[in-house]
Amino acid sequence: MKRKLLGLFGFGTGIFAGSVVYRRSFARRRDRVDVYFGDGSMVSFAEGSTEADKLIPVAREALAAAHRSQRRT
Amino acid sequence: MLASETMDAVQALADLTEISSQIEAAVLFDEGGAVLGSTLGDDEAAQALARAGAALLERAGEFRSDGDGVTQLEASTPEGSVFVVRGDTRRIAATTGPAPTVGLVFYDLKSCLRVAADDPPAPKRPRRKKSADEA
Repeated sequence: MKRKLLGLFGFGTGIFAGSVVYRRSFARRRDRVDVYFGDGSMVSFAEGSTEADKLIPVAREALAAAHRSQRRT
Repeated sequence: MLASETMDAVQALADLTEISSQIEAAVLFDEGGAVLGSTLGDDEAAQALARAGAALLERAGEFRSDGDGVTQLEASTPEGSVFVVRGDTRRIAATTGPAPTVGLVFYDLKSCLRVAADDPPAPKRPRRKKSADEA
């Protein structure tokens, strides 16, 4: 009986740990822009906001240019 | 542009890529967007990265009309991140892979700007020797 319970507990723990690893590995990272100002403040703009929508396409262009160049070399 | 300026930029970028394994590409450029140095192989890509860095700073600056301007920013995507830091007369833009150590990357980029002689550290004040009267 004790062995059965221990086995069940181990199985449950394994399932939980596996789901955590799965979520961390495959959860979609969202676009985000953090802007720091001269007065020391910082504003974070999440994907879908007007501000992020203005900046993210430019950032993607920069990444694409860097990746293209690195592939060539 | 002076040749020594370019050499400073090249040396600063070489140091940057040596100390930071997270930075994949970086470009130093001036206020007008002219490339001073780059880790990228071709000029076209370096100019594209500099243009994007300047555009990011400019567009982010429009979000706040009052107070101080943008000093630095990070744009994070699943494919990687773009960092831009503004110095007095120079700027640096860099790309990393996904989920970089943000604080460390900013620190390395600011160090690079300093080495490139944009923001030279304040000279140390010589210690005043105590006079015989004070001692």
